[in-house]
Amino acid sequence: MDAAGSGPKEQTETAAVLELRHAAKSFGAVRALIDGSVELRPGEVHALLGENGAGKSTLVKILAGVHQPDAGTLTVNGQEVTLHGPAAARGAGIAVIYQEPTLFPDLTVAENMFIGRQPLGRGRRIDRRAMDDEAAATFTRLGVPLDPARIARGLSIADQQVVEIGKALSLDARVIVMDEPTAALSAAEVDRLFDVIRTLKAQGAAILFISHRLEEVFAICQTVTVMRDGRHVLTSDLAGLTAKDLVRAMVGRELADRPPETAGTAHGDPVLTVERLTREGVFTDISLTVRSGEIVALAGLVGSGRSEVARAVFGIDRYDAGQVTVNGKPLKKASPTRAMTAGIGFVPEDRRQQGLVMDMSVQQNVALASLGNLEKGGIIRASAERAMASDWATRLKIKYGRLTDPVSMLSGGNQQKVVLAKWLGRKPRVLIVDEPTRGIDVGTKAEVHHLLTELARGGVGILMISSELPEVLGVSDRILVMREGTLVAEFSHADASEEAVMSAAMGQQDTQQDTGNGAEREASL
Amino acid sequence: MRAAILQNSPSQQAGRARQTGLAERVFRIRESGILVVLVVFVAVTTGVQPRFLDAANIQFVLVDTTTFALLALGETMVVISRNVDLSVGSVVGLSAYLSADLFASHPGIPIPVVFLAGLGIGLACGIANGIMVAAGRVPSLVVTLATLYIIRGLDILIVGGNEVDANQLPNAFLDIPKDTIGGIPDIAIAAAVVIAIGAYYLRTYRSGRDLYAIGSNPDAARLAGLPAGRRVFTAFAVSGAIAGLAGVLWAAQYGTINSTAGTGYELQVVSAVVVGGVAIFGGSGTATGAAIGALLLTTISSALYVLGISSFWDQAIWGFLLLLAIALDQTITERLTSALRKRRTRHE
Repeated sequence: MDAAGSGPKEQTETAAVLELRHAAKSFGAVRALIDGSVELRPGEVHALLGENGAGKSTLVKILAGVHQPDAGTLTVNGQEVTLHGPAAARGAGIAVIYQEPTLFPDLTVAENMFIGRQPLGRGRRIDRRAMDDEAAATFTRLGVPLDPARIARGLSIADQQVVEIGKALSLDARVIVMDEPTAALSAAEVDRLFDVIRTLKAQGAAILFISHRLEEVFAICQTVTVMRDGRHVLTSDLAGLTAKDLVRAMVGRELADRPPETAGTAHGDPVLTVERLTREGVFTDISLTVRSGEIVALAGLVGSGRSEVARAVFGIDRYDAGQVTVNGKPLKKASPTRAMTAGIGFVPEDRRQQGLVMDMSVQQNVALASLGNLEKGGIIRASAERAMASDWATRLKIKYGRLTDPVSMLSGGNQQKVVLAKWLGRKPRVLIVDEPTRGIDVGTKAEVHHLLTELARGGVGILMISSELPEVLGVSDRILVMREGTLVAEFSHADASEEAVMSAAMGQQDTQQDTGNGAEREASL
Repeated sequence: MRAAILQNSPSQQAGRARQTGLAERVFRIRESGILVVLVVFVAVTTGVQPRFLDAANIQFVLVDTTTFALLALGETMVVISRNVDLSVGSVVGLSAYLSADLFASHPGIPIPVVFLAGLGIGLACGIANGIMVAAGRVPSLVVTLATLYIIRGLDILIVGGNEVDANQLPNAFLDIPKDTIGGIPDIAIAAAVVIAIGAYYLRTYRSGRDLYAIGSNPDAARLAGLPAGRRVFTAFAVSGAIAGLAGVLWAAQYGTINSTAGTGYELQVVSAVVVGGVAIFGGSGTATGAAIGALLLTTISSALYVLGISSFWDQAIWGFLLLLAIALDQTITERLTSALRKRRTRHE
């Protein structure tokens, strides 16, 4: 599990095939990447590590030609280049394999590899035989016998990645960037991917490997770059580093900006009980309790199944086994309406797509979940709607022009408050919030945190999903950590530390035993 | 039949690559599915009314199918790229009147020139559609719905209350749909050749495959650097040109052309394409399938006529077939997906 067993240290002093120096990229006011640097050498697998939001994806998209950096230089084979688009990146010999590849489901595997540059025979006709043969030869080289003539529809994600890798090979890519390729793979598929990576490495490709699983990084990579808050933190040989060193480099922010308060009230009876909830292939045996007045955080990496659990609890997604109980009453499966009636509110992860109707007005959005109380004989009374909206806008300090303005005109933070108001209007007993402060500014963030603690003081039980460790540590009374669809750890507010939570989320509990402050851990859930 | 084919894969895995892909086999199944319906329909109708298989009736059905199947070819190209061309009916009408009017106003004008003129009129309409969809990035449903009305409006403006009738047209022109070789109308043979070429092009040329790719996953097409805009534009231009050509044939076939020529044709063409197994959301289907779809729909109309059944049933059956085709399409896609999911080609 640890670094000890990693491959022989390679002290090659070969020239870098790709060098990105001091790249920066902002989207509006959000500085996604402030100072990103990375250097890739042929025959080397280089790990890129960082928390969610550290800027890894932005860096990858710069290499892919999808984003153009605002500052910084990119050198490929010793020449400075500007990538105007994905085609330019491909031309420069850079191939990017995304976590979920985008193939053409209706075309054959071989055609997916060669689309737009199929081998031609006489009269510029596509030579299918040559195309299939070349694809088959590539798959043989990779040691994965995929049928080139089958259509891509129904391929597993692992096989889709192989097709993408095959495409990269057939394009003679010298640099292959893999953005969390293992996130959706089973253990056996990861092993197979690693075989492929070793083959690529032996053939002299430079590989940038992004993963949240440290044991994978130690298993396959030779060098590592760590990023934090959009900046380059560390580049080093992996040999000599421990998992603990890497985790510290990733989370090592000053702990001062930790939001202080928790509700601190005595917790009442359980308002939400989830027992052995399972959805095959997504999450397994999730049991948790939220008490009245308590804020429980569900921490974990993106893709660990947190949002999926929340969606299942609220009844948006089906589940295969288990039971959800609200206020002592069992909840019917897969019915958000029942969940709402039972007293659950749900603030989803993506407020633009799922939380709000962007073209509708502020007041209509606030009233949306409470229409039953506002109607009379089937007609919604505009005056009642307005009164309700204006009441909540004042209480939550929502900044808006007019209540009749479309909600899309508000800032992200105020939009989030509208979503909260929508649910608070129903006086929920349980509130599930998924990434409540994503993409909103620091001031509003603090207000949202304050609001959540106020609600808890008022007796609401809150289940909060968050990828931001300071938020998780600061606001919640208890922290549950999910990894790969299961609950792996539980910390009380007092016992939690960023490193302990991060290590649990990444599957590195063992190395953290000494700093875990005797955290109470579920042995095996 | 379908289930058996989907399940036989394990035994066939060994000799991979060389043999026909599962995908192509299923496409063929989709086509053979409508062929079966066609054969059953013909058999049943003939059983009740043997006159249905008279040489004259076969000719009549084939002539009727010709314009229809040609239009289906253009529409197939458009639909495969996840677009739709609703303006074809209006283009047929405009081209039919203007080409017939050429004979009326320029007696002695060579017939090929008139065909070229019709083609040009259609091409112009198609180019207009293509520019708005590809460059203007307006959804094709909206663009071609608008041009459906605009072109029809233009037609009415030009035609007014006039009409061109058969005695203003040269006999050589009116005879075009009547000429046969071995009982098969010449134009049906010509159309079959054109459709075969179109189907071959879509299958074997890069630009043809690009259309499938664009319809299958537009985002991936962009990431792969395919010239999506240019391809979609071309598909609309071709669809327009074919509609122009079909308009001239329409004039020859009916002889009397007023401002209502080709009204409502667009929906029949889209129906034929979908019944013929072209996925309405793009990415799969063949021109051959669409042509068979056109043949099936024409055959049904003719059969109902021969059997003396009200033409109300005609439309109802078309609608029913359409639903059936879409349901079948979804079932096949689902089955195919799960079959392919289970099918592992590695040797384990």
